Amino acid sequence: MQVSTHWRLQEQRYNLVGETCEHCNSKLFPPRDVCLICEEPAQELFTFTGLGEIYSYSTIYDAPAGFEHNAPYTVALIKLNEGPLVTAQLTDMDNDELTIGQPVEMVTRKLRTDGDEGMIIYGYKFRPAI
Amino acid sequence: MTERKPNNGLMQPNIPVGIVGYGAYVPRYRLPASEISKMWKDGVGGVPIEEKAVNGLDEDVITMSIEAARNTMDRAQIDPQAIRAVWVGSESHPYAVKPTSATVAEAIGAVPNTQAADWEFACKAGTEAMQAAIGFVGSGMADYALSIGMDTAQGRPGDALEYTAAAGGAAVLIGRADESVAIINGSYSYVSDTPDFWRRAHANYPSHGDRFTGEPAYFKHVMGAAEALMDALDRKPDEYDWAVFHQPNAKFPMRVGKMLGFTTEQLKPGLLSPRIGNTYSGSTMIGLTAVLDVAEPGDRILMVSYGSGAGSDAFDLEVSDLIEESRHRAPTTEEYIARRTEIDYATYSRYREKIKMK
Repeated sequence: MQVSTHWRLQEQRYNLVGETCEHCNSKLFPPRDVCLICEEPAQELFTFTGLGEIYSYSTIYDAPAGFEHNAPYTVALIKLNEGPLVTAQLTDMDNDELTIGQPVEMVTRKLRTDGDEGMIIYGYKFRPAI
Repeated sequence: MTERKPNNGLMQPNIPVGIVGYGAYVPRYRLPASEISKMWKDGVGGVPIEEKAVNGLDEDVITMSIEAARNTMDRAQIDPQAIRAVWVGSESHPYAVKPTSATVAEAIGAVPNTQAADWEFACKAGTEAMQAAIGFVGSGMADYALSIGMDTAQGRPGDALEYTAAAGGAAVLIGRADESVAIINGSYSYVSDTPDFWRRAHANYPSHGDRFTGEPAYFKHVMGAAEALMDALDRKPDEYDWAVFHQPNAKFPMRVGKMLGFTTEQLKPGLLSPRIGNTYSGSTMIGLTAVLDVAEPGDRILMVSYGSGAGSDAFDLEVSDLIEESRHRAPTTEEYIARRTEIDYATYSRYREKIKMK
């Protein structure tokens, strides 16, 4: 596991820090160099509220390496209130509670661990708003 | 042996301080004590609490501290860059070496101009961090300092403590008294080397001295701290509206409250252990958050923690007018307790990683 890769992504993973386009005011997540809407450079950092709704979801029973520990778990597309779609795990909810359009909020949780001696990776997941 | 009398035991800072914001966290899962009794005692005999809070597979002291800290910041409404210390007290830090507090500080936007350290004193690590924060702010070295008590406590399968060892805790942001929802009038600590409960390095589960954990440990230290603080401030139990004691089970805090002269009514809102268990470093502090959720301006609160090994920190607090507008900016402690999903012993074993896959 590349320690530096995870360290570089820390800000966006802990706090949903993306970008706002100074040309068309679109909000972007994850941060990228060029605005997806107007194709102009976008560099201004923007912290999302973490509020959104479930756009679509799928439950993983046969998890990829590093995520077996949590299976079964549900991955969703979350439509953030500011616009972008974000892929993230859902947490603190049962599969029979899920509905498209359900309001959710961002929480910081353990994403995975690198064995018994490696790093613990933290980042965003979404749960029903309290 | 000569009796030791503290001549200057009351701790009060030069600058008046208080709690500017507070926040709780309780994970959603609950393991009824009857499940544990069914597993190890054939369901025979009494149980010390109704149920305990259990963290999910993706939760630990770092994630739980972050949520309590975010709730605190929502209530305090201050710039996180003004925080000069983020201190987390726990006996279940996820790493042996790598500070919980640095990740929490990063997640709330308090880095880089801040202290960050992890505290340890069994169940009173969080209140010890509160006292340090009082000193930090009260000396003028800092405008704000964040103290957290949080645990994901482990109980040895079949042991008496498995019924109560729970997950949860709370954070408080210490700042100037004129910005505070509760002013801290003074505090006092009572400590002695008492071997009632411990966990050796690399051991998965703690050991304890059974009945020795009562009279010479919990009761002596909680009583010692509470009486000395009330004596130093010239206060009587009936002058407090609320009292919160460390809650290793349902019985001890009720009994120590009665011994000191407090009524059941004074203890009621802060006594959470029957419904969430013993959240160790979080236990007394989350009791305080539940009291702050219902207290009125002018109310007086006595809070006394207990940490095995052993010691107690006692605090005298007075609720200010600011509580009314502040308390609704984040979920209340009772809202977290009401968010409840019951699990069985098998699910608990998986969530607490008692099932070894390799």
